[in-house]
Amino acid sequence: MANVPLPPPDSPPRMNRAFWRDDRFIQLAAQLIVLSIVAGLAFVLVQNMATSLQRQGIMLGFGFLENAAGFDIGESLIRYTNSDTFARALLVGLLNTLLVSVLGIVLATILGIIVGIARLSSNWLVNRLAWLFIELMRNVPLLVLLIFIYTAFFLKLPRARQAISLGPIYLSNRGVAMPWGEPTETWPVYLYILIAAVGLAVLTATGLRIWQERSGRPKPIALPALLTFAATTVIGWFVLPQPPLTITTPEIAAFNFRGGLVLTPEFMALLIGLVVYTSAFIGEVVRAGIQAVPKGQVEAARALGLNGRRTLQLVVFPQALRVIIPPLTSQYLNLTKNSSLAVAIGYPDLFAVSGTIINQTGRAVEMIGVVMGVYLSVSLFTSLLMNWYNRRVRLVER
Amino acid sequence: MTMSASTSSLPSRAEVLPPPTERYTVLGWLRKNLFSTWYNTLLTVIFGVLVIVLLRNVLEWALTQARWEVITANLQLFMVGQYPTAATWRAWACVVLLALLIGLSWGIWGRHQRAGAITFGALPFILAILAQGEARIALLIAGVAGAIGFALSRWRGARLQRIGIIGWVIYFPLVILLISGFGSADSLLPLVPTNLWGGLLLTLLLTVVGIVFSFPLGVLLALGRQSSLPIVRTLCVIYIEVIRGVPLITVLFMAQLMLPLFLPGVTIDRVVRAMAGIVLFSAAYLAENVRGGLQAIPRGQYEAARALGLNTWKMMLLIILPQALKAVIPILVGQFIALFKDTSLVVIVGLLDLMGIAKAVLAQPDFLGLQAEVYLFVALVYGVFCYLMSAFSQRLEARLNTGR
Repeated sequence: MANVPLPPPDSPPRMNRAFWRDDRFIQLAAQLIVLSIVAGLAFVLVQNMATSLQRQGIMLGFGFLENAAGFDIGESLIRYTNSDTFARALLVGLLNTLLVSVLGIVLATILGIIVGIARLSSNWLVNRLAWLFIELMRNVPLLVLLIFIYTAFFLKLPRARQAISLGPIYLSNRGVAMPWGEPTETWPVYLYILIAAVGLAVLTATGLRIWQERSGRPKPIALPALLTFAATTVIGWFVLPQPPLTITTPEIAAFNFRGGLVLTPEFMALLIGLVVYTSAFIGEVVRAGIQAVPKGQVEAARALGLNGRRTLQLVVFPQALRVIIPPLTSQYLNLTKNSSLAVAIGYPDLFAVSGTIINQTGRAVEMIGVVMGVYLSVSLFTSLLMNWYNRRVRLVER
Repeated sequence: MTMSASTSSLPSRAEVLPPPTERYTVLGWLRKNLFSTWYNTLLTVIFGVLVIVLLRNVLEWALTQARWEVITANLQLFMVGQYPTAATWRAWACVVLLALLIGLSWGIWGRHQRAGAITFGALPFILAILAQGEARIALLIAGVAGAIGFALSRWRGARLQRIGIIGWVIYFPLVILLISGFGSADSLLPLVPTNLWGGLLLTLLLTVVGIVFSFPLGVLLALGRQSSLPIVRTLCVIYIEVIRGVPLITVLFMAQLMLPLFLPGVTIDRVVRAMAGIVLFSAAYLAENVRGGLQAIPRGQYEAARALGLNTWKMMLLIILPQALKAVIPILVGQFIALFKDTSLVVIVGLLDLMGIAKAVLAQPDFLGLQAEVYLFVALVYGVFCYLMSAFSQRLEARLNTGR
């Protein structure tokens, strides 16, 4: 079965050899045998499944997704009540998964880069602390970490009335309450202004880059672009007849908070757990990437008169990125898949919602199919995105 | 964890260090490592204060407020779950055998590591001081067994190599036999159904079964993926990519719900279903690691094997796989560590592994609200095992690199 990538033999098959000793025949036969074994196995299993489902009186199909769900979901990005359909409940779960994954990826990347650089710090204390953090995170299962953060930290916080306040942010067993903007009537208009601001910033950056290439003199690009964006958004805010957002601060009501944004303890525990856990792994990836850049590159950059910041920015980081991107992609995928552990602490992600649906309807086969399909698509999409980025930064050999 | 890696053939660190300067005085060390620039000083001060405050609070909590009796009172639950007390000697027998094998292997393969062997051998004795009752006796026996193994290997090490290898090979089925038992209640080894397996025992069994069965499957998948036969290759690629694209708990869930549907009439108990899920999942990841090793083998090795007239199977088994696997041993150990940690997810499908026992203990009315103590203990157990494994893998890596 196992064969190696060797070029086909140059000599034509000898005629005096029996046909069953011919390499081509053996290869074809081996493949057909493997295929028939796999197909046969799949057939038997599916057949078995069909008969057992029939015995239980279950017909496969996705029609049930249109029925009313009848259960509540703790938190949702879109409007959802228990009279909505199963399909909408799944969508709520999917959006919750995506929310925690995207936020987790962004935060874990930032923290991971900090940890990775701290691991390379010349400061002994910082270096050792980063090492300790990485070892602690890597040697404990994520599930233990998540449940620890949830039950031993968030659920042990005081009740909303006695919430710990960090300025305008409150910590309690109801979660984290913080000031937040409520959209007003002018918010849709402001969205266009935001899009325009991004466009202007991109224009500025492109213009500056062209000008820099023409003049050959290094000029700051990121800062002017950011300033353009900031200026447009600020001007837009005051030009509108009414501010697009009214900022509300959380107030302690009878049992819970009123106003502001309240992040549930489940969401916060999941997010914090995923971020600190993944950041330890990203830290190691970043460290390995930076250490993979030969020392001679840094020395050469110094010899050319580049200062420390420019050396990092122009010489070390672009080369380190090539080593970093592929394992970083794996870490992003791991984080997304690990977010399914939400079910252990009661955050209604895709997996948790589908579990509830299975309990309510008994549609295990369909739901497992849907969940696996969704995770596969998300994984493939992330890989595609990161591979596209990888192609952009990889070494161009001349 | 089991064998020490000899590092004595490497140049010792002292040889490559720069000549001693003032940095080797205490003040010089402080200046260089903590206060070299103004921002380093700032970082040192900020993190120093942070560490002191944290350490003080944590120590104060651990020494005065924490109620550690939840651990000591439930130690047997944590270790073996609801495994019958009358049969716990079997678990201890496995530990004693393991100590014997480790002692033997250490002497045979980890030469020049007497200090390490003594440290490791002293461990059961130290634990025996802390333990009580049956555990103390068993740990003492385990310590003695380790010492006997080491002494045997000193006595006639070279002759015992084969016995050592055979010992490791039969150890695994022997453990399964001992733990599960057979026959009726009054026989020597009465059957203990898997629903009574629990705690650390179950966690370790899931890990070992996962490693033992997913390894050959992973190697086969890797060979299949490298194969020149398009149908075989496609099937392997699909399997690997699908399994790697979904979370482990969906695979575990599928094993729990779908296996009974796939195989009606056959009753597969929950533990075996979880084991199947773990093996299927782990094999896909192992396959990719092995593929990395296969790709690192120069083409000339294949051509040389062909030139010697070896057929595909012989070429793979005798020439390619040994080199490929050796190249990725550290990565494989890393994969096994991940597998060990991942077994904690079986708590989500309702098994009472270490995490499951932790939840059960927290439900006892006497110990409500002690999540911090219980989960810290669980984390410590996982942490110690993982750290030992990763330390072992790093030594192995250093040892395997000597040839380069």
